[in-house]
Amino acid sequence: MSEPAVEVQNVKKNFGEFTAVADVSFSVPHGQIIGLLGANGAGKTTLIQMLLGLLSPTSGRINILGMDPEHQRVSILQKANFSSAYVSLPYNLKVYENLDIFAGLYGVKKRREKIEGLLEMFGVLHLKDRMTGRLSSGESTRVNLCKALLNDPEVLFLDEPTASLDPDIADKVRKLLAQYRQNNKTTIIYTSHNMRDVEELCDRILFVHGGKIIADGQAHEVLSRFEQSSLEQLFIKIARDGDVSMLAGESRNEE
Amino acid sequence: MKNDLISWHRVAALTRRYAYIYSRNGFRILDIAFWPIMDLLVWGWVSSYLLTREHELPQMVTFLIGAIILFNILYRAQQGITVSFLEDIWSRNLLNIFAAPVRASEFVASTYLVGLAQALVVLCVMATVAWLMYGFALTSVGWCLIPLFLNLLVMGWWLGLFTTALILRFGNQAEALAWAVPFLVQPLSAVFYPVSVLPPFIQPLSFALPSAHVFEGMRMILQKQAFPEEHLLYAAGLNLFYMIGAAFFFAHMFKQARKRGLLSKLVC
Repeated sequence: MSEPAVEVQNVKKNFGEFTAVADVSFSVPHGQIIGLLGANGAGKTTLIQMLLGLLSPTSGRINILGMDPEHQRVSILQKANFSSAYVSLPYNLKVYENLDIFAGLYGVKKRREKIEGLLEMFGVLHLKDRMTGRLSSGESTRVNLCKALLNDPEVLFLDEPTASLDPDIADKVRKLLAQYRQNNKTTIIYTSHNMRDVEELCDRILFVHGGKIIADGQAHEVLSRFEQSSLEQLFIKIARDGDVSMLAGESRNEE
Repeated sequence: MKNDLISWHRVAALTRRYAYIYSRNGFRILDIAFWPIMDLLVWGWVSSYLLTREHELPQMVTFLIGAIILFNILYRAQQGITVSFLEDIWSRNLLNIFAAPVRASEFVASTYLVGLAQALVVLCVMATVAWLMYGFALTSVGWCLIPLFLNLLVMGWWLGLFTTALILRFGNQAEALAWAVPFLVQPLSAVFYPVSVLPPFIQPLSFALPSAHVFEGMRMILQKQAFPEEHLLYAAGLNLFYMIGAAFFFAHMFKQARKRGLLSKLVC
C-alpha cells in the first residue's frame, strides 16, 4: 500500500526545559510489527501517547491511517486500540461487563459473540463472570488484550503488554499476537523491556535513547551495527554507556 | 446529519458502566443514601426541637427540612460527576477511556446522567424519610419543586465540571475538592437562613450563585405559597452563564492536560 499506517515526521515533545522526544521521524507500513525499545524514560511511552492523541506534540507531524491525531483523534481511535501493563480495567466490574462497555464505546456489532470469541482465543472464557480485580496478572493481561482487539484495530498500540507475566504466559501471548497479526494484517507498535518479545514478534526495531531514535532496522541489522550479539546486551550497553549516543549518531548517519 | 459533538451509543456505554458499578457495590448505594439520611436525621431533630418553640420561630421546621433535601440534590449532582471521574483515576482506567474513541463531551454527558440519577434517588429517599419521620411533605412545594430541582441539578453539574477540571489540572492532590466544593458554596447559598442574614457586603456574592436564589425561592414558596418567578429566572440565567463558563474551563484544562501529559500522570 502506498501510504504508511503510521507516519511520524520531526516530532518533538518538551515538558518545560526537559525534552522527552527530540525530533523523531519514522514510518510504519501496514501490517508491520514494530518494536520500540529503550530504557525507562527513553521516550517510548511519550511517543505512544502522542500517537494515541493523549498528548500533543510540541512540534512535528503525526499521521495515522491518513489522519492527524490532533484533529481527528476520535476517527483514528475508532480504528486503533491500545493496551498497557500500567493501565487497568475497572476492578469492581466483571470481565464481561468491562468488555461489554468497551465494545459499546467502539460500536461493536454482536457484542456478546465478539467478546466471547476473543476470551476464548486468549483462553480466558471461563473468567468472563469473574470480577476483574480478582484476576491474576496473566489473566488480567489477556483480558486487556481482548479489550484491545474488540474493534479489530487496523493499528494496535501495545505498551509493555507482557510486563509482569511469567515466561509461559508471555510466550502464549506472543504467539497469539503473532497469529492475530498473520490473520488480520494489523499494524502493531509494541514497546517492551522483554527482548525475547521483540526478537520473536517484531519485524523491525526502533531503539529510543534520550528521546531520539538511535537505531532503526531489523534485529540482526541493529545488532551488527552496534557489534552486539543479543538485543539484551545492546539494551544494557545503551542504557549504561553515555557515549553510545555518539556511536548511534554515526549509525544514523550511515542510513 | 451526523452529530459530531456527541455519539449517544458511547454515552450509553459509559453510563452503563456506572450502572454496573452501583448495582454491584452495596456500599456505594449505601453511600448515596447514608449521608443524606444522616443529614436529615440531625437537622430533622433540630427542627423537631425548634417545633416545640414554633411560636418563636414560625416556619423554621419546614425551611430546614426542605433546605437539607434540596441541598443534597446539588451535592449529589456534583458528586455524580467528580466521583465518576475519580473512579476512573483510582481504577487506572482513565487512559483506556481516552484511548478509546470517546470525546470529552461524551464522557461529561455520561457523568451528568449519573449525577441526575443520584439526585433523583436522593430526592425520593429523603422525601420519603422526611414524610415518615417528620410528617413533612415535600409535595407541599407543589410544581415549583421542578424548577427548584432543575436549577440545583444544573448547578451541581457545572460545579462538578469545574471541580473535575481542577482535578485534571492539579492531579490527585486536588481530589479533596470533590467533597469540599459543595460545602464551600453552602454558606453563600443561604441554605438554612435567608440572604438578608449575611453581612451586606457578602449579599451580592451570595446572589451571584443560583443556589441562593433557589433557597430564597423555596422559603418564599413555603412561607407565602407564592411563585418566586424572579428568583427562578435569575437562577436559570446564572446557571446558563456558569455552565458555559465551566464548559470552556474544562475544555481548556483538557487541552492543557494533553499538552502537559497530565492524563497519564493522573493514572500512574
